[in-house]
Amino acid sequence: MTDSVAGISGMIIEKLLANPKVPRDINGNSKIVEDLAFDSLAVMNFVMEIEDELDVSVPLDKLADIRTINDLAACLHTLKASQA
Amino acid sequence: MIDIFAKHAALRAAYEGLTAASPRNPFEVVIERPLSATVGLIEGRETLLFGTNNYLGLSQSSRAADAAIETARTMGVGTTGSRIANGTFGLHQRLEQRLASFFGRKHCMVFSTGYQANLGTISALVNKDDVLLLDADSHASIYDGAKLSGAQVIRFRHNDPVDLEKRLARLKDHPGAKLIIAEGIYSMTGNVAPLDKFVDIKTRYGAYLMADEAHSFGVLGEHGRGVAEMQGCEDGIDFIVGTFSKSLGTVGGYCITDHDGVDLMRLCSRPYMFTASLPPEIIAATLAALDDMEARPELRVKLQENAARLHAGLKAAGLQTGEHVSPVVAVTLENIPQAVGFWNALLENGVYVNLSLPPATPDNRPLLRCSVMAAHSAEEIDKAAAVFKAVAEHFQA
Ligand SMILES: Cc1ncc(COP(=O)(O)O)c(C=O)c1O
Repeated sequence: MTDSVAGISGMIIEKLLANPKVPRDINGNSKIVEDLAFDSLAVMNFVMEIEDELDVSVPLDKLADIRTINDLAACLHTLKASQA
Repeated sequence: MIDIFAKHAALRAAYEGLTAASPRNPFEVVIERPLSATVGLIEGRETLLFGTNNYLGLSQSSRAADAAIETARTMGVGTTGSRIANGTFGLHQRLEQRLASFFGRKHCMVFSTGYQANLGTISALVNKDDVLLLDADSHASIYDGAKLSGAQVIRFRHNDPVDLEKRLARLKDHPGAKLIIAEGIYSMTGNVAPLDKFVDIKTRYGAYLMADEAHSFGVLGEHGRGVAEMQGCEDGIDFIVGTFSKSLGTVGGYCITDHDGVDLMRLCSRPYMFTASLPPEIIAATLAALDDMEARPELRVKLQENAARLHAGLKAAGLQTGEHVSPVVAVTLENIPQAVGFWNALLENGVYVNLSLPPATPDNRPLLRCSVMAAHSAEEIDKAAAVFKAVAEHFQA
């Protein structure tokens, strides 16, 4: 499930939906800050959960370019691939 | 024309919402003047100060005040320049030697604030080819230093050696230097870092370890050298950063190390090079406060007693506090309106604490940050705990 960008994106959405405060209608194109109302700290803390799932660490500078859930999935996929 | 302030719209909305709901602006509390270490005049009332970093009460040290006055009279009040250009006095070197010997280390660099000590140390030690591993709850000055350095930044879970190790293991093929940064006592929660465990990990992974003992210097350890002394792992700390603005009651910061490479930091650390050095009267006061601190180890004993008393008092009042008994005790509340109301009621009843709001707090929940001093009397602590209890009961009713 986590060896493709789509698979990672699906896993992220599943994790997000476990939080009752997150809107129910999110998809890969949802913007993390604008649509999910996450502040910068909430984004960093959420990313930590995903990191554990995929056994990667995301350097903070990489987060600066991420807007959507799919962006995050693509970033994680690249990091994972470069680690293998 | 684009409104340059438009980016602050969300901040403004949050600020206006908060100040509208509060009888007084929490960001503009004025201590008209301190009457002693533990009592200040606020809104014309004598108020118990339980929201400072004056752990040993030394901001009111008469020895330090005398030293400052004498030095200002004989040397003037400022240096007008930076350490490398035109701002190094004999006193700067004396302070550096004094601190290095206090810690039993070879080198000390003094900075104009603790904030700059973090910026100046981190940005000089690592660059874009290196990796920083920061405790997730690190102080803003550590995050800002990381940004200034350009190094890759990886956060590990707060106080979690297992998480740190996992992240170092993922970096095993990374060619850059790795620097782990943790604090001694965390300023918002009073949590104490497991530095001894971090030392074990950094040794096994060939990383460096920096400890910011801003809130633990003068407070923990038999001689006041901080958490590393208390945990018996000083040899494993490569760089100690700290500040004079808390237990010593003045202003300024430092970096201490045995690594000789630090000499060149004086020629490449921008927050060291491009700002005016500490004024002589501040150095004199700092040296005198250090004398006071060394001459009166009973201050630390009293501080621990007081910390335990406040912690127990707040717990007995049914408040949610951390588990660590340390001079910082954080009371966690559920939401911002409750925290604002609680904080106002405390102040109206003569107790000043710090209102700390997300995102400056962990877990996205507001805190009332309380801190004790060696100078507090048992009666003052009991009074504060009683006011907390009464306010809490009022809010539950
Ligand atoms: C952990 C930590 N590091 C550094 C600083 C900065 O110290 P200073 O007040 O000397 O700039 C503080 C205090 O604000 C702090 O809490």
